[in-house]
Amino acid sequence: MIHQILFIIFGVICVAGAVNLLVQRHPINSALSLVVVMGALALIYLLLGAEFVAAIQVIVYAGAIMVLFVFVIMLLNAGEEERSRGSHIALLLGVPGVIALGCLVAWTMLSHNTQLGGVRINTADFGATQPIARLLFRDFLLPFEITSVLILIAIMGAVVLGRRES
Amino acid sequence: MVPLAWYLVLSAILFCLGIFGFLLKRNIITIFMSIELMLNAVNLTFVAFANYWNEHAKTVAEKVVPLSGQVFVFFVMVVAAAEAAVGLAIIISVFRTRETLNVDRVNLLKL
Repeated sequence: MIHQILFIIFGVICVAGAVNLLVQRHPINSALSLVVVMGALALIYLLLGAEFVAAIQVIVYAGAIMVLFVFVIMLLNAGEEERSRGSHIALLLGVPGVIALGCLVAWTMLSHNTQLGGVRINTADFGATQPIARLLFRDFLLPFEITSVLILIAIMGAVVLGRRES
Repeated sequence: MVPLAWYLVLSAILFCLGIFGFLLKRNIITIFMSIELMLNAVNLTFVAFANYWNEHAKTVAEKVVPLSGQVFVFFVMVVAAAEAAVGLAIIISVFRTRETLNVDRVNLLKL
């Protein structure tokens, strides 16, 4: 019961933050409401017993990535969003299409609710750092090394793109 | 006990809100943030299913598999971090040449 109440609280915070991201016209307000969404998601991960994922959600997403966003917004001195005519196709086809997609997924999931079953607040050290590290550095060693190369390329790309042309 | 469907519906709602932001917002930075929102929604699905399969696993061998869902979330975050660094560098570079953040004014490739 307490699990459901906590889930509903954090879920509502999540959705409210995401809606606020869309409603706000100034990018810095959108960025801060995205931080709220990520913080609430970290708490939902904790409810699911994923301690390590919750920690890196806060550190990497709400910390590093959002600081980068806020830094760029301040660097570019981004003001209020201009109102301009976008593509009509995006409005006419996109919005009903996305609403239909969301309703379809929600209806499908909720109609199979009893077959799917539920999840509990968790069971001993599932999602703790040690089992994840064992999996990451043994079974997923090659993908892990490849991501380090990916990060290196991303750093070089960012430096090249961000450099002022002389 | 929370039904798994609730987690999936929450994830679907967040994903759809991300698509709305991508379609309707005109500021390039906000569009980029909407993409991050969609990535987060997918991560929630991964973690929810990891927990779900962990509870429904019967043998010891099956117990190991669900954790790979959380490892996948780790990889998604790494790629998102790399993507944010490169994407924001591109945004800075666009702003330097075009002096605008409005995507409707960055239309040189458009017919």
